Amino acid sequence: MSTTTSRAGLNTAGGGDRPRRHRSVAPRWLPYLLLLPALVFELLVHIVPMLTGIWISGLQLNQFFIRRWLDAPSAGLDNYRVALNFDGAVGEALLNSFVVTFAFTLAVLAVSWTMGMFAAVMLQRPFRGRGLIRTLFLIPYAIPVYAGVIVWKFMLGRDNGMVNTLLAQLGIGEGDTFWLLGDQAFWSTVVVAVWRLWPFAFLTLTAGLQSVPDDVYEAASVDGAGLWRQFRSLTLPMLAPVNQVLLLVLFLWTFNDFNVPYILFGQSVPRSADLLSIHVYQSSFITWNFGVGSAMSVLLLLVLLVITAVYLPLTNRRVRDA
Amino acid sequence: MREPVSFRVLRVVGLVLLTLFVLAPLYVMVVSSVKPLGDVQGRFTWIPTTVTVQPFIDMWSTVPLGRYFVNSLVVSLLATLCSVLLAISAAYAISRYRFRGRGLFRVTVLSTQMFPGILFLLPLFLIFVNIGQATGFALQGSRLGLVITYLTFSLPFAIWMLVGYFDSIPRQLDEAALVDGSGPVGALVRVVLPSAAPGIAAVSIYSFMTAWGETLFASVMTTAQSRTLAVGLREYSTQVNVYWNEVMAASLVVSIPVVVGFLLLQRYLVQGLTAGAVK
Repeated sequence: MSTTTSRAGLNTAGGGDRPRRHRSVAPRWLPYLLLLPALVFELLVHIVPMLTGIWISGLQLNQFFIRRWLDAPSAGLDNYRVALNFDGAVGEALLNSFVVTFAFTLAVLAVSWTMGMFAAVMLQRPFRGRGLIRTLFLIPYAIPVYAGVIVWKFMLGRDNGMVNTLLAQLGIGEGDTFWLLGDQAFWSTVVVAVWRLWPFAFLTLTAGLQSVPDDVYEAASVDGAGLWRQFRSLTLPMLAPVNQVLLLVLFLWTFNDFNVPYILFGQSVPRSADLLSIHVYQSSFITWNFGVGSAMSVLLLLVLLVITAVYLPLTNRRVRDA
Repeated sequence: MREPVSFRVLRVVGLVLLTLFVLAPLYVMVVSSVKPLGDVQGRFTWIPTTVTVQPFIDMWSTVPLGRYFVNSLVVSLLATLCSVLLAISAAYAISRYRFRGRGLFRVTVLSTQMFPGILFLLPLFLIFVNIGQATGFALQGSRLGLVITYLTFSLPFAIWMLVGYFDSIPRQLDEAALVDGSGPVGALVRVVLPSAAPGIAAVSIYSFMTAWGETLFASVMTTAQSRTLAVGLREYSTQVNVYWNEVMAASLVVSIPVVVGFLLLQRYLVQGLTAGAVK
C-alpha cells in the first residue's frame, strides 16, 4: 500500500509527460473541495461504522442493551475468546463457516469462470442467432437477485419442485431428495450462485475478447495452430489483465455473498451452506449476540484486509494502466 | 477460418446446455405464475392444466406490492443519484489533479469496496438508533436511512469505475477547454461529462440494479412502511400457505422492467467495464 501512496505523486496515470496547464489555473484547494462530499460520506458509511464495529466488539452487547448500547458493559477480549475458541459451540461453528465459505467461493469461482470463458469463446465469431444467445445469457444477471433466487427455492422444493420432477422423469433417482437440507444444500447453493454470477464473467470476458484483433488469429491459423492451441497461446494471454480483475471481483462477491443463502434458507441455514455473511448476521440479529457478532465481523475484516493487501497492487496497476 | 466438426459439435452441445440452465428458472417462473394455487402446490407439471391470470390480480392485495414497488423505486433511484453525483466530483479530482492524500483516498475507496455489507450493518444500525434518540429524526426504518446504507456499496464502485473511465478520456480535451477560458468546473461539465456518458450510464445501471436487489440492509433497516420488494416478496409465505403462484407472478412483474432496462443499456455497461474497471 505504501508504494501506491508514494507513486501517486509521480503522475503516472493517464496524461503522460504533457505539461499540466490547469495546475496554474485551478486553485490548490479545488481538488479537496471536489473530494469533500464523497469524503464526508465515505467517513459516514465506512470509516465511522468500521471503528464503531471494532469498539462494540469489546462490549457485552445483547438485546437488553441494543437501544442504549453506549451503556453496555465492557467485555474486554471475551467476545474474541468465544469466537476463536474452536472447542466451544460458537467458535466451532465459526470455523465451520470459514471452511464452508472458502470451499463455496472456490467452487463458484471455478465453475462460473469456466462457463463464462467457454461461452465467450464460443460466441466470439459471428453466426446466426449469436446476438439472441448473448442476450439470453445475460438475463440471470439482470434479474433482481431475490426474484431469481426465490424461483430456485421453489424449483429445489422436495415435493413440488421442478428439479425432483425432472430427475424422476429422466429416471435419475427417486425424485424425493431434500435439496435444501444437509450436504445437498451446499451444492444447491453453489448451483444457484453460479446461475446468477456466471453471466458477469461471460459479459466481462466478451468485452475483453472484443479488444483482441481478428488478424492475430488468422496469422496463427495460417501458421497451422489448431483452435485449442490458439486459445492457449493467444486468447488466454491476451485476456490475462481482464482475468486478474475479473477473478478478484468474482472472489469478493462470492466470498461476501449474503443474498443467495438468505433467500434460499431464511432463518434455518443448514451447516453445509452456512456462509460467513449469513453466519455473522445470524449471530447478531437472530441470537442477539451482538458483541460476539461484531468480534466475528472484525475477524472477517482482517481476513479481507490480508486478501486486499495481496491483490490491491495488482488491480491498482491495472486501473492505472487503463 | 476452418472449424473442425468436433468444434462445431462442442459449440452446439455446450451452448444448448447453457441455454437450458439459464432458461429453466425463467420457464418455471412464467409457467407457475399462471397456475391456480392448488396446482402449484402439487407435483410440478411442465404444462399447466389450467391457465389463469388470477395470481397477477391477487398478488397486489395479498401483499402491499404497490407500496413496496414505490419504496424500491424511490430508494434505488435516490441511491443511484447520490452515488453518481458524489462519485463524479471525487473521480474528477482523483483523475485530473495530483494532491496530497490522493493515494490514501484511492486505497481507502478500493478496500472498502471489498468488504461485505454485514461489516457495516450493525454499526450503522446502532448509529442510526443513536441519531434518532439524540435528534428525534428516525433514520432507522426510513427510506433515507436505507439510501445512506446503500452508499456503502454503490459509492466505492462508482468512484473506482469513474476514475478509470475519466483517465481514459484524453486530457487534451479538457486542457483545450481550460485554454479557451472555461474554469475547471466548466471543463468537467462541458467536456469530461459528455465524453464519459457511457461510463456514467454504466455506473448508474450498476448502482440501480444492486440497490434494487439488495436484501441485507433492507431486511434490518426497514419497517412495514418503508419495506422494499426484496423483503416484501417474503410475505407471500404465511403460516398457512406459500402463495407460490403469486410469488412467481410478482417476481416476473418486478423483473421485467429491470431486465428490459438492462438489456437496452448493457452496451454501455460493456463499454464502461472495458474502459474503466477492466482493461
